[in-house]
Amino acid sequence: MKVLIIGCGRVGSTVAKRLFSEGWDVTAVDEKEGALSRLGEDWTGDFVVGHGMDTDVLREAGIDDAEAVVVATDGDNTNIVIGQVAQKRFGIECTVVRILDPARAEFYRQRGLRTVCPTSTAIDVLTEAVRSCEIRREPEQVKT
Amino acid sequence: MYVLIAGGGKAGANVMRTLLRNSHEATLIEQDRDRFERLEAEFEHQAMLGDATEIYVLEKAGIRRPPDLVLALTGDDEDNMVICQLAKEKYGVSKVIARVNDPRNQAHFDLLGISPTVCATSSIMGLVEHEVPEHELVHLLELRKENLEIVEVQIDKGSPVAGKKVESLSLPEGARLISVMRDGRSEIAVGATELQPGDQVLAILQPGKEDELRRVLLKR
Repeated sequence: MKVLIIGCGRVGSTVAKRLFSEGWDVTAVDEKEGALSRLGEDWTGDFVVGHGMDTDVLREAGIDDAEAVVVATDGDNTNIVIGQVAQKRFGIECTVVRILDPARAEFYRQRGLRTVCPTSTAIDVLTEAVRSCEIRREPEQVKT
Repeated sequence: MYVLIAGGGKAGANVMRTLLRNSHEATLIEQDRDRFERLEAEFEHQAMLGDATEIYVLEKAGIRRPPDLVLALTGDDEDNMVICQLAKEKYGVSKVIARVNDPRNQAHFDLLGISPTVCATSSIMGLVEHEVPEHELVHLLELRKENLEIVEVQIDKGSPVAGKKVESLSLPEGARLISVMRDGRSEIAVGATELQPGDQVLAILQPGKEDELRRVLLKR
């Protein structure tokens, strides 16, 4: 099974390595050649330098044979467009898109894009973490 | 008319100025602070600082009314696409116009149903083609909705159709001649029109039929 990872930053590179270790055929795409180093010296998956908006780059990365695409560049709108191109133009149903802005993530989720919003997740987790703290209340001061 | 403009560069600011001069109501959104301050000095409260792809910014700018027209004129094609999608599909804006900065992104705008679009580079390239005679088939107009285009071809001495009538040509399926321009005068191409070297012929055809048409008219 083949997966394309568009945007090989902290998130993309780690997802790439994880899926690779689970037996996926992984191609990472990033516009900076230096991003390859994030995949580690022993990376034996593929790596393509180029912009994910460029369909020639997507084709070179093998999108025509891919079963899944992960879009995780550092730009929300870039991810939104690339995700829709992968889904609508190349017909890849399992297209997963990172969108940091909760409002846009929700809008595009309603329109059928699989969006992941780390901001919403962080909000939920942080709120829940505070709720679950056992806070020892200071004994109320006795009025004299 | 109420118009919402995203992007206060040269295009956005000039369009804004013109709309206001013609007594339209308009809001201009610009995300760069320095640029915004210059715009604010001129347009006052009608200029707004913010990222026009953020929903709360659009709402503050009045997208809920909704505007009669949204112009996505930023220097980022991704941003322009998202602005248009939000305007049309979330807020029911009936008319959007988007700027295409990189002509390679045109296909993405088309895929997402964003139309009409304006691309300076493509327009300039069209004019360049028109000026450079060695391009034998000049693209004059793209009718995107109709999936047709209008091209211009110059008939020369070596052309196999020189001296022939239009009705005798075996034009490719999906291509028709429109008019013939000779000695500065143009006439509609009918069956009896005879083609001569030096004629400038306009043809309408489906995209992708250019090579076939070129073969028939110019034999190359």
